[in-house]
Amino acid sequence: MAIYQKPHALEDVSMHFCPGCTHGIVHRLVCEVIDEMGIEGDTIGICPVGCSVVSYDYFGCDMIEAAHGRAPAVATGVKRSRPDKFVFTYQGDGDLAAIGTCETVHAATRGENITIIFINNTIYGMTGGQMAPTTLPGQVTQTTPFGRDPKVAGYPVRICEMLSTLTGTAYAERVAVDSPAHINAAKKAIRKGFEVQKNEQGFSIIEVLSTCPTNWGMTPLESMERLRTEMIPYYPLGVYKDITAEK
Amino acid sequence: MANERMLMKGNEALAEAAVRAGCKCYFGYPITPQTEIAAYMSKRMPKCGGVFLQAESEIAAINMVYGAAATGVRAMTSSSSPGVSLKSEGISYAAGCDLPCVIVNVQRAGPGLGGIQPAQNDYYLATRAAGHGDFFLIVYAPSSVQEMADYVVKAFDMADKYRMPAMILTDGVLGQMMEPVVFSDPSDSTVNKDWAATGHKNERKHNIINSLYLQPEELEKSNIARYKKYDIVKAELPEAESYLTEDADIIVTGYGASARIVRSAVNAARAEGIKAGMIRPITLWPFPAEAYAKTVDTCKAYLCVELSMGQMIDDVKLATSCRRPVRFFGRTGGVIHTPAEILEQIRTIAKEELK
Amino acid sequence: MAKMTVNTEKCKGCELCVSVCPKKIIKIRKDIRTPKGYCPAECTDQAQCTGCAMCFTMCPDCAITVER
Repeated sequence: MAIYQKPHALEDVSMHFCPGCTHGIVHRLVCEVIDEMGIEGDTIGICPVGCSVVSYDYFGCDMIEAAHGRAPAVATGVKRSRPDKFVFTYQGDGDLAAIGTCETVHAATRGENITIIFINNTIYGMTGGQMAPTTLPGQVTQTTPFGRDPKVAGYPVRICEMLSTLTGTAYAERVAVDSPAHINAAKKAIRKGFEVQKNEQGFSIIEVLSTCPTNWGMTPLESMERLRTEMIPYYPLGVYKDITAEK
Repeated sequence: MANERMLMKGNEALAEAAVRAGCKCYFGYPITPQTEIAAYMSKRMPKCGGVFLQAESEIAAINMVYGAAATGVRAMTSSSSPGVSLKSEGISYAAGCDLPCVIVNVQRAGPGLGGIQPAQNDYYLATRAAGHGDFFLIVYAPSSVQEMADYVVKAFDMADKYRMPAMILTDGVLGQMMEPVVFSDPSDSTVNKDWAATGHKNERKHNIINSLYLQPEELEKSNIARYKKYDIVKAELPEAESYLTEDADIIVTGYGASARIVRSAVNAARAEGIKAGMIRPITLWPFPAEAYAKTVDTCKAYLCVELSMGQMIDDVKLATSCRRPVRFFGRTGGVIHTPAEILEQIRTIAKEELK
Repeated sequence: MAKMTVNTEKCKGCELCVSVCPKKIIKIRKDIRTPKGYCPAECTDQAQCTGCAMCFTMCPDCAITVER
């Protein structure tokens, strides 16, 4: 009897992501949560612009493609018109933390009852490895060829910390997908986000520290090591906001 | 109060009619001179089970409309010229996904921050360049408070029918002025939206709302299919009012607020014995070219009147195949032309072209 | 009796499964190519597989099925 296999909500297709890219892991986790909650038929997902732009072909629920950064606004329109549906966005760091910062912050502060899956891999992947708002100081990218100099390019954005200051944010957790233990914890966090939405408690965001072996110029295994030794110290894992744990 | 005659501002009449047309979601952002629409919706929507939300930006508002329209409900946003520039991105995406929705532009003078006084300087934006890519919007240009109400209903109906965004291109004059209005019965349009993202209930394959085509041939195919639809729209939708055109030597043409002033000038010209008439386009896209073509054999000259430096005049020249002179008279920056100014233009044309 | 299988249509040979297998029984088959041109992972000793599913958990391409 097969016990660990492709979740139903994940379409049975080969994903286009580069070898070792962790997008696929997060896709599976979201779909496992959708399966376990039995909500595939009542879920509407919003895709970003970036490497996961064609994820509408991978998620089995109804899907909408948003303009770059606008997924939280699109999700707002979806949720307000169909409040009985589960609505999630799947966004990368350029999409969510640069061009879509305004939409993200305001969806959070409104307490919009949606769940955001935020992939932070410190780089623009699809366009070929430029500096992201989350690129670490000193990190070499196509547009920071001498390493990100905060004097010129500013400092990385810590999204969970920032959004957790907003009253409308119900749940904010940062997780990673560098090990089976962290991946299991990431799944629990995603489940928590969807549960918060189910209970109409407001805005939830799960920030997933991820890798980009291709644009980091590393093997998948080296990428995991970088995630552990460089990213986690700058972006500490943990629950930053949980209104269900308060009171 | 179904068919009662009421005195209302154009912006409010439009908002009320939208609600009656079944608009379920309104997303907006304050900007003069359209803010009454948002204010009206904020009071009205909660009472009828609809959604009113003041967005953080025009960009967010149009993307909220995009999201709501993607789930198959009737959704609308409104703004004024600078705000509509910001909405361009979302309008293009809605057009690329064939999403029916309504965008209202209560025009003010530009470019840039411009001014808050009325203008008609977004004709190109509405009919030519509402966003990036090959696409068109259905564009209605009401000319009275009654038409503000009537054509927003029609905009919703036609947007649904042809699966494309529709725009009401109006201006600060019509938005702010008060006139009597009678609302028609609520729309009973029941267009099947089986393409919408509503949650598939495990009963069908997932629906995808998307405008991305990575294969050039597929994108080309999609664009060609959309233009075939536009051909149908062009054949079925053009609408214009022709006033005293049958024997007219001079036809003055203008839309929206301009047409109201043109009508007075045409009447004054007739009183002086000049055979003047008026063509008032009601659909700006598709442009009612036929209304002009019918007059080319008998009319000697045309005068295009706009609150701009001259934008619609291009379509008038195309519609008349440049067979007759088409002159232009426009005021801009928020200045509104007077009937006397237009009459003077008509007299000049009569002197110079009707020898 | 646990069993781990790799869908060679989906496997991209990233080696993440190899790195987490506690029994060290997953290897990359350098001698074969998947339809996409990658060298796929393979379980070299099914008898030792405990069905812990670490490999499944780590796989970015949902290419692994674990039965037990």
